[in-house]
Amino acid sequence: MSQNTNKIMAWIDDRLPVTQTYEKHMSKYYAPKNFNFWYFFGVLSMLMLVNQILTGIWLTMQFTPSAEAAFASVEYIMRDVEWGWLIRYMHSTGATFFFVAVYLHMMRAILYGSYQKPRELIWIFGMLIYLALMAEAFMGYVLPWGQMSYWGAQVIISLFSVMPYGDLLTEWIRGDFLISGATLNRFFALHVVAVPLVIVALVVMHLLALHEVGSNNPDGVDIKKHKDENGKPLDGIPFHPYYTVHDLVGIVVFLMVFCTVLFFFPEGNGFMLEYANFEPANGLKTPEHIAPVWYFGAFYAILRAVPDKLLGVIAMGAAIAVLFVLPWLDRSPVRSWRYKGIVSRIYIVIFGFNFALLTWLGTQPATELLTLIAQIASVIYFGYFAFLPLAPKFEKTKPVPERVTGGH
Amino acid sequence: MKLGMKKIFALVAAFVPALALAAGSSVPLDEHRTDLHDTASLQRGAQTFANYCMGCHSMEHARYNRVAKDLDIPEELMMENLVFADKKFGDKMTIAMDQVDSKRWFGATPPDLTLVARVRRPDWLYTYLRSFYEDDSRPWGVNNVVFKDVGMPHVLAELQGNQVLGTALVEEGFDTLTGQPIMVEKEHVLYIEEEGTLSADEYDKLVYDLVNFMVYMAEPIAVERERLGWWVLLFLAIFFVPVYFLNKEFWRDIK
Repeated sequence: MSQNTNKIMAWIDDRLPVTQTYEKHMSKYYAPKNFNFWYFFGVLSMLMLVNQILTGIWLTMQFTPSAEAAFASVEYIMRDVEWGWLIRYMHSTGATFFFVAVYLHMMRAILYGSYQKPRELIWIFGMLIYLALMAEAFMGYVLPWGQMSYWGAQVIISLFSVMPYGDLLTEWIRGDFLISGATLNRFFALHVVAVPLVIVALVVMHLLALHEVGSNNPDGVDIKKHKDENGKPLDGIPFHPYYTVHDLVGIVVFLMVFCTVLFFFPEGNGFMLEYANFEPANGLKTPEHIAPVWYFGAFYAILRAVPDKLLGVIAMGAAIAVLFVLPWLDRSPVRSWRYKGIVSRIYIVIFGFNFALLTWLGTQPATELLTLIAQIASVIYFGYFAFLPLAPKFEKTKPVPERVTGGH
Repeated sequence: MKLGMKKIFALVAAFVPALALAAGSSVPLDEHRTDLHDTASLQRGAQTFANYCMGCHSMEHARYNRVAKDLDIPEELMMENLVFADKKFGDKMTIAMDQVDSKRWFGATPPDLTLVARVRRPDWLYTYLRSFYEDDSRPWGVNNVVFKDVGMPHVLAELQGNQVLGTALVEEGFDTLTGQPIMVEKEHVLYIEEEGTLSADEYDKLVYDLVNFMVYMAEPIAVERERLGWWVLLFLAIFFVPVYFLNKEFWRDIK
């Protein structure tokens, strides 16, 4: 039996590098042995991507992408389709948890300098995934055709009007003079076919680039510097089985949190499924308070913090764009924040909490006080990127150990 | 406006707000302690909805047979009491009123109410339906504290009675020596000038049941969703054990 299996595998391997690929990416991919809690969020992002694709496929089976029928078809899924409610909530809750995982994954990279040389491309591909994910989530939120779908789209698309040829551009995006059925239909096409393809392709690139240079670790040391006589890194362990069983623990814990929200708080207190979105889109009735879904909050807060619309849009764009050049802004000789100077260490923590604060601010009505706080938080956000290239000039780093510390 | 002090006390006490502020609403809302497991309450709410609301408001995403099944209402009883004559058991809960007519009558088409509890939230509905007051300047002679200048008439007026907005005595705590309630004259409070067929308590109960039913309708799966949620979490908790030890076993020799 096993001999036959070997024969079959050999036959395939001569024609398709299955074993070789499996070894390169799984059983002989050596990952540092000192991964901590933060290293779960890559695989968890992937888990959510799979969740979104699978539940998305089943949702399209019953969803009707038209201005007349979209809203009712979502309720049809929630009420008349067997298990439709579960699939819909998995998808809507999945969007939130996808962003939670991605944000924590990005924070991990920032903490441990995982974007630094030679991992710049991994970071760039990651940023492109994030950008595509934002487009994907935005267009997905338009599909149920509720009040927030409509007015959220109205606000976001109108941002493009400040650009040169803005009116032409917004008209081209909407496919109409207003947000309409034409907009809904094209967003459906982009949401279920075009953008997911792009995201999957980018994830493949992200992983190929990662496996080319190898994973970073909480110490930011290069495990390839110390190898045994067989050429295996001394501080590395094969991804499979060590990290597959390890990730499984993280996945089960993550699913517990995910399922708690899914089954007991599917509206996420109005942050995930906004209350106003249970009312069908009405172009004649502007809601009192148009708020984005929580995961766009930070950038929306930066947009509103600037009193001028054009400058606000530029600030928002810059807030995202500046992340792309992060690998070249960080001039620190060390990767991990563990070995950076005290100011860097403090600022990195402030940066994380400041982003969370901005996220919350973006979901709240813009009162005078909250706008002031958003302005300060925006300065702190951009300040971090101005601080990074300057830090090595006045700050001493701590010596980085030769081998990884801690671990198991 | 002749009304005994005792009576005013009883009526106003029923309107002591629980001070829950809705987003964007400046009126303090009374708390609706939703209980979707109280089937009797949901059945009474369904009855009230069919009798008083469905003349103008549809629940077009819902079906009669689903309501009957979820609320333990036998098909016959449902067909006799809750389903309009021309409808079948499996039909959606739509209404026959013409939208153009209704817009002319009320200034706005009465909205579909399937999801209203998810849009407005239970506290808002519970307070709104108890906050109509007499206002001769309005087309239907009533206004609402929670929803100013609303186009909807007070369809439950015969039950609640005639509520007015004005100055009345309100209970503010107790005298610690005598145990007597302290009554303070307050402006801008709601009180019943002329009693309806229900007492204040009975009316609150009726609205409570009605809102309970509307919360059920907005998400009929809610009870089943939570019931299933416990089983899913239990499975994950059990599954965690072998996963945890599998990981531990593999990592034993990693130093």
